[in-house]
Amino acid sequence: MPDTVMLTINGHPVIVPDGSSVATAVAISGAMAFRRSVHGEPRAPLCGMGICFECRVTINGQSHTRSCQIVCQNGMDVQTDE
Amino acid sequence: MTLPMTSKAFDLAIVGGGIVGAACAWEAARSGLSVVVIERSVIGGGATAAGMGHIVVMDDSEAQFALTRYSQQLWQEIASDLPDDVEYEECGTIWVAADEEEMIEVQRKEVFYQERGVAVEILDAAALRQSEPNLRSGLRGGLLVPGDSVVYPPCAARYFLEQAQSLGAQLRSGVAVVALSNDGVKLSDNSLISAGITVNATGSWSPLLTPGIDVQKRKGHLLITDRYPGFVRHQLVELGYLKSAHSISSDSVAFNVQPRKTGQVLIGSSRQYGVGDPKIEAAMLSRMLSRAAEYMPGITQLSAIRTWTGFRAATPDKLPLVGQCPGYDRLYLATGHEGLGITTSTGTAKLLIDQLLNRSSAIPIAPYLPSRVHQEAIHA
Repeated sequence: MPDTVMLTINGHPVIVPDGSSVATAVAISGAMAFRRSVHGEPRAPLCGMGICFECRVTINGQSHTRSCQIVCQNGMDVQTDE
Repeated sequence: MTLPMTSKAFDLAIVGGGIVGAACAWEAARSGLSVVVIERSVIGGGATAAGMGHIVVMDDSEAQFALTRYSQQLWQEIASDLPDDVEYEECGTIWVAADEEEMIEVQRKEVFYQERGVAVEILDAAALRQSEPNLRSGLRGGLLVPGDSVVYPPCAARYFLEQAQSLGAQLRSGVAVVALSNDGVKLSDNSLISAGITVNATGSWSPLLTPGIDVQKRKGHLLITDRYPGFVRHQLVELGYLKSAHSISSDSVAFNVQPRKTGQVLIGSSRQYGVGDPKIEAAMLSRMLSRAAEYMPGITQLSAIRTWTGFRAATPDKLPLVGQCPGYDRLYLATGHEGLGITTSTGTAKLLIDQLLNRSSAIPIAPYLPSRVHQEAIHA
């Protein structure tokens, strides 16, 4: 069994250790922002435990998903706000 | 009549700074009256904040049609002047028909609206699905009313009041009115504001200041989601709504969802009589959301960010009370708008000030006069 998983972040493949959160994968992907605020400011995880909602991304088409609460799966498609 | 020439501080004291009171203040001020609005809390914080902000032409009675149609046209006249935060959007309404029986109702509505000059379009099942891809398959069709629109009611109320203030109207907020009299308005700090005419525009609370008027609290729940642009494109209302919303005795829910300009989805609706507690009731909320999910299964995947309740001011014949209060020379009512107060605020303001200034009105006013209920009571 491999101990890594591969997913795509904004179309780019990213390999992370199995069990990593999507927030971790986004952080190492070099994406400029997890999301943009209503007024366009870049946002990234603050609490890391599902409370602040700052880490929201789109996972497999589902927007507003808290990336810190989701474990990476092989083939996952993650989109952040650029 | 003309306004009594008195030494009162104001021609007009409007009690209640909801959208109806604010619209009346604007119309009064631009008609040259000196006006004060008294609001115990914040502008547009009562039923105004608990309304969806659906500007809709209704067909359940001729009088309801006349007032909603007139009011909608008044909204269209000011639409281009409304600030961005009022979020006016002419998204149109689709009355959704689930089955053949409701499709017959669609055809009846089509005729009703067309005969009265309202543009409408029948959607078959395929056209409905194309218009709203997130509706479940198997629905029979719908009636599109393209001229209907959506606003964000608290900001609309604030805008109306600002317009009034720019024309000299005054606002007293943060102070409650405890009594109305022929001299004016008595406040909770025991001071008196003298006015030639007093208007009770306090919605579901209006019977507290004017005992005996037949206005009941009708509680509603709303829920709003995060931003999902394009998930819903029109205001969608089930046609079963007509049956359920007209039930006076029992609690009811209906599929009624709205796209906000922000991309948020506003989900209604529920109606309850005899409940005075504004708390969110899980059972009612659950029924309301289940109904929404029956029509839009994908709605269960959206994140809710807030849910709240409010009290509509319901009258027995579903029409508002606009005009002189029976038994009082100088007390007028502008209340009882139930679920249509955002739409009919603009028309109400015209009809009320028309009466005060003895102007002729654009539509017959008799169906909305408070005396109609009074007369029925006498003859009953």
